Amino acid sequence: MSYFSDIYKGIKTLLTGMSVTGKYFITSKKGAITQQYPDNRDTLKMFDRFRGEVIMPHNEENEHRCTGCQKCEIACPNGTIEIIWDRGIDEETGKKKKKIDQFVYHLSMCTMCGLCIDVCPTDAIEWGQNFENSVYDRTALTRVLNKPDSKLMKGVED
Amino acid sequence: MILLSITENIHNWLFSVMPAGVASIVEMVLIAIVYLTVFAVAGLFLVLLERRVAAWFQLRIGPNRVGFQGLLQTMADAIKLLTKELTGTDRADKFLYNLAPYFVIISALMALAVIPFSKDFHAFDINIGLFFLIAISSIGVIGILLGGWSSNNKFAIIGAMRSGVQTISYELSVGLSLLTMVVITGTLQLSEIIEIQKSGWLIVQGHIPAIIAFMVFMISGTAETNRAPFDMVEAESELGAGFHTEYSGMKFAYFFLAEFINMFIIAAIAATVFFGGWLSPFGITESIPELGVFWFLIKTMVLVFLMMWFRWTFPRLRVDQLLTLEWKYLLPINLVNIVLMAVLVWLNLTIRW
Repeated sequence: MSYFSDIYKGIKTLLTGMSVTGKYFITSKKGAITQQYPDNRDTLKMFDRFRGEVIMPHNEENEHRCTGCQKCEIACPNGTIEIIWDRGIDEETGKKKKKIDQFVYHLSMCTMCGLCIDVCPTDAIEWGQNFENSVYDRTALTRVLNKPDSKLMKGVED
Repeated sequence: MILLSITENIHNWLFSVMPAGVASIVEMVLIAIVYLTVFAVAGLFLVLLERRVAAWFQLRIGPNRVGFQGLLQTMADAIKLLTKELTGTDRADKFLYNLAPYFVIISALMALAVIPFSKDFHAFDINIGLFFLIAISSIGVIGILLGGWSSNNKFAIIGAMRSGVQTISYELSVGLSLLTMVVITGTLQLSEIIEIQKSGWLIVQGHIPAIIAFMVFMISGTAETNRAPFDMVEAESELGAGFHTEYSGMKFAYFFLAEFINMFIIAAIAATVFFGGWLSPFGITESIPELGVFWFLIKTMVLVFLMMWFRWTFPRLRVDQLLTLEWKYLLPINLVNIVLMAVLVWLNLTIRW
């Protein structure tokens, strides 16, 4: 007698499946996940975990958190990051101290592996959500992440 | 009535300006052109509908750029396909290779001819209409077999053979489920089948066995048109594109359009036989016969949507599961159902008003 119960079960499971997709169909108008990209360019916001490019946030006084320890440069498998550093005199102690001159980031070589961000002891660099990375000339992909005349934020090294 | 008077006027005018023989040939050509136009427009519309409906089922938006809500998308696709190169394989059987798409599309067109769109919009009302439909709808598979065989490609031949197995099996169920309804109507002529439904649609008249027959018809009709979940003929993940792997350009478009027209035909047969064709529900617009086309298309589109719902819900069957479903389930159920229906008609248990 499993013949008839098979038929019953078959019809029941098919109807269950159809009700699931039917619900999706009805709610598709407001729940559509498609982004109509060039149209919603002004309002489009990428999700937090999106890996667009490496950025170095600066605060209002043009200060960053990079101490120039070069751990990211060592961690990077492709040689994407180049830190050009210098020794300057620290105002507080008067001693010579290592500080970054230019944090050079080659986006064209970056594979977005995130090792540099994981390894950074001071959280100086993080992921940016920009995804419009195409340019006409590849020299535009070599970026200096620290802004001109920026300096180290106080208290980062403590 | 307006439609009828237009066709009558054209008929009278043609016969007044030229001899009877020539006039009837011209008339036939005109009707053929009208049906070809219906065919093309319906095919293109259904392709667009399928894409939009599929998108909505998957929480996407679908094509909405070309024209209002993407209405011209399929038109643009067809024009693109027209401009494409017609490729072919080495050592393919060129004659059969070129013939196959026309087999598929002509059989679809012939089936379209006997479908009553409304009381007056009915090109070919023969007394064996339903039988003709069953016969014609299974000729299309010859085109698929030829296309798969002649294109000298392993994927294509496997797809074509699967199609043969599938169509031969499911034809039985299509025919028997329609015969169940013929037991009530006592006629195969489609216009008379609709006349009988003026006292209740057949799915109401025949209640339990009619509902079973309808379910069997929709399942086997989906299999006849080679649509998912029975799309082993062109199972993309297994066979490339199945029997039309080697086709390109307009010949591919013929196969593609024919598939959608076949879906329309199956839905139209179901609407005609089970849901009263162009009759309005409860005769609410009986005084306005022009609305017949509207009601017919509404019913057909609802059934087409049902088939699309099947397609975007169910996973593809294996070949053995397909044959088990047909020979162990649908066919015995169908045979019992015919007997049940015959008893019902014999004891006068059908519901009429």
